Amino acid sequence: MVGAVFAQLDRSLKLALPVVSTVLAVLLSVVPLPIPEYSMLAPNVVLVCAFYWIVHRPDLFPAWCAFLVGLLDDALSGAPLGLNALVLLLVHYAIVVQHKFFRGKAFWLIWAAFALIAGGAAIATAIVAYAAAHLSVPFALFATQLALTIAIYPAIGAVLGRVQRLFLTAG
Amino acid sequence: MARPGTTMKLTAPLKVLLQRMAFTGLIGASVGLLVLGKAEAPVVERARMTVVDAVAPMLDAIGKPIDTAARMIDTARHYADVHEENRRLREENLRLLHWQQVARNLEAENRAMRDMQRVATEPGLTFVTARVIADAGGAFVRSVLIAAGTRDGIAKGQPALVPDGLVGRVGETGERAARVLLLTDLNSHVPVQIEGTRDRAIIDGDNSDMPKLTFLSSGARPQLGDRIVTSGDGGVFPPGLPVGIVVQTGEHGVRVRPFADFHRLEAIRIVDYGLAGTLPVAAPPPQPRRGR
Repeated sequence: MVGAVFAQLDRSLKLALPVVSTVLAVLLSVVPLPIPEYSMLAPNVVLVCAFYWIVHRPDLFPAWCAFLVGLLDDALSGAPLGLNALVLLLVHYAIVVQHKFFRGKAFWLIWAAFALIAGGAAIATAIVAYAAAHLSVPFALFATQLALTIAIYPAIGAVLGRVQRLFLTAG
Repeated sequence: MARPGTTMKLTAPLKVLLQRMAFTGLIGASVGLLVLGKAEAPVVERARMTVVDAVAPMLDAIGKPIDTAARMIDTARHYADVHEENRRLREENLRLLHWQQVARNLEAENRAMRDMQRVATEPGLTFVTARVIADAGGAFVRSVLIAAGTRDGIAKGQPALVPDGLVGRVGETGERAARVLLLTDLNSHVPVQIEGTRDRAIIDGDNSDMPKLTFLSSGARPQLGDRIVTSGDGGVFPPGLPVGIVVQTGEHGVRVRPFADFHRLEAIRIVDYGLAGTLPVAAPPPQPRRGR
């Protein structure tokens, strides 16, 4: 009986991993690091995490999770509330619509798709931020941040891939 | 085994429809929040600070080991040039002793003059020092979260300082956390004056590292290297808080480099100069207040 409860708990925890790891990415992305300019140039690790899980386990990362993760990000980062929520929802939609494309594709193709989606997300963020709060970003900053986000994808993807293989292969 | 298959077939279109509706609803909710936020509805601020309050202890816990590691690296680096540092500090100490003497003389003179004029002394300032738990912002906003809120006596609008100078002001408050809007943020406008000439101006953030001086009083000619301090106009900041130094003048406007290093904010001091009876230090009380 107790064993069954634990087994169920274990299973639930594993199934929550995609969302939990993305929430962790939100927290880590706002913790102050003693690196100059970091908070301005930091790659969008939340987008990387969300993208990875929506591509590989869309069943464990539904749209409402993308919405809530985005809201948390907005609340902590001080961005207009709803900005990242909206952008993550759009990213979710873009991936789910093209789900057949992602199935069983080689890593570099998924990375290329990520680059496209990250670019789209950055442009969407800039447009919504301007429309909602007249916030604008210098182009150099915008481009650097996007490049870093795309560059960091393989590293975070590898870690999340390992997490997926370890805990979510049978699920 | 056939049964679940048929139910799946029956419910699949319904499920898709429900999912679409939920998705549209969520998009609507995001847009709604953005619109409410643009209208500066208080409910948005409250919602945001409720979330921050809930997450603040976690951020604090995650940040501490990073802080410790950074401090250890710093210590190790300082060992390397401890002699040089020592020599520099001795020299600085000599210089400061001189200034201490000057300050004593001025203080005595000031007291004597106040006595003569019967000027009411300013109310004593109280400070709350709080750790920076989130240095967020990304590209759009320049703000940090600190681990002290209304229960520590923090209120909206209070000035935020580091030993080098003004950092900004409290923008939003939660119970155990608050957001400090930095001088460099787009929404930051602080009344200042040029220290030497007492020319008034406003220092406006524009999300760059060097905020602009605007609304300079006519005839003012700020020079490179001029010190900028708060003017006390508007009553938000007490006069004389060091803000920064003029680093650019001319056609493209006057720009100021703040004294505070925004990339290395560890602890921030929130000054309460209006309200009496707040705690001197951000000591976390055992149980958070709830209710209302």
